[in-house]
Amino acid sequence: MSVLFRTISGLGGMVRGTIYHLGAFTRLLAAILRRSGIAVSRPGLVSQQVHFIGNYSLLIIAVSGLFVGFVLGLQGYYTLNRYGSEEALGLLVALSLTRELGPVVTALLFAGRAGTSLTAEIGLMKAGEQLAAMEVMAVDPIRRVLVPRFWGGVIAMPVLAAVFSMVGVIGGWVVGVLLIGIDSGAFWSQMQAGVDVINDVLNGVIKSVIFGIAVTLIALYEGWNAKPTPDGVSRATTRTVVSGALAVLGLDFLLTALMFSN
Amino acid sequence: MTREKTDFWVGLFVLLGLVALVFLALRAGNMSSFTFAPTYQVQARFDNLGGLKVRAPVKSSGVVVGRVSSIGFDNQRYQAIVTLDLESQYTFPADSSASILTSGLLGEQYVGLTPGGDDKLLKQGNTIQYTQSAVVLEELISKFLYSSASKEGTASSEKPANGAAQTKQ
Repeated sequence: MSVLFRTISGLGGMVRGTIYHLGAFTRLLAAILRRSGIAVSRPGLVSQQVHFIGNYSLLIIAVSGLFVGFVLGLQGYYTLNRYGSEEALGLLVALSLTRELGPVVTALLFAGRAGTSLTAEIGLMKAGEQLAAMEVMAVDPIRRVLVPRFWGGVIAMPVLAAVFSMVGVIGGWVVGVLLIGIDSGAFWSQMQAGVDVINDVLNGVIKSVIFGIAVTLIALYEGWNAKPTPDGVSRATTRTVVSGALAVLGLDFLLTALMFSN
Repeated sequence: MTREKTDFWVGLFVLLGLVALVFLALRAGNMSSFTFAPTYQVQARFDNLGGLKVRAPVKSSGVVVGRVSSIGFDNQRYQAIVTLDLESQYTFPADSSASILTSGLLGEQYVGLTPGGDDKLLKQGNTIQYTQSAVVLEELISKFLYSSASKEGTASSEKPANGAAQTKQ
């Protein structure tokens, strides 16, 4: 009897915990948005975070984009060659990058590269009681610490995704045209005929903005709610990557279904 | 690092993102084919559109002269009604004909405009009178099968009478 009771109460606790986290997450978003005035009145703080989150991620994003483009070129050629339509390689590379791979892979790398550092930084601030010290000095830590990081991530993410897609297209061109020897004119003209600026490029940008909001907010939430111990911070950092990646993949399915299912 | 230096690198970073977007829009996308030239609208009714889509090109002699701006259904005549956005720099006689064609064997469908011989020109709001519907592959195949089957039928019935008189249908 007590086993049954415990199982059922465990299930109830799980549901309650999920709802609690969802609510706390939304309230943190609301709190950040309410205090976003500081991003306008002190743009230097945001700029510092864009520099930290964006510029330092540029190398890994550009290199990954280049290699994803290389691989798309090779694998796409393998399939298209069977149907005698290698010229469509440019279209294949550009569409897969702008619609899916650009935003998604960038967001996954972003969660790993920038999200973890945000969580660890805020978690250690909490463990070192810096956040409490701020509150004692009547400085709002959400306003001073979280808001600039949030907007820094939201600004940096679409820029990184656009760079990823551009470098990937160039990588596909290097493999397709320089290495395999597809006609350069056909490569670009098929791409231009098939990629729509609004349907493909703009929707990709919208995706990357939404992923930026989701990943940055998850990283901040996990850091903000981390247990102020070494173990707690390390767990929070792990959770940032896991739930950030899952959120990106789930959101990507939803957004793709909404945007491209006509 | 000083404040100005950070701002400089952040500015460079954002600029790089803008360059990437412009690259995607112009080099990889169809932004360069967007025209902001003044246009006029004409309408055309078709029995069957096939796979024609909004924003499909309107071509005359293979040159893009406009785009399909909307597709609707006329419930009075039970026909599809297509609005074409033609660029104002191109004018066509009022009795021009529109047909739905396919680029290549399996390519996208577009509207082909063949100019007529009228002195009057197509104007904003006019309707193109002469139209030709899209060719539907299934109809074509069934027509072909039907005609070859009937040909075979007459041929086999005539064969015993007079040897090779298959020219008569």
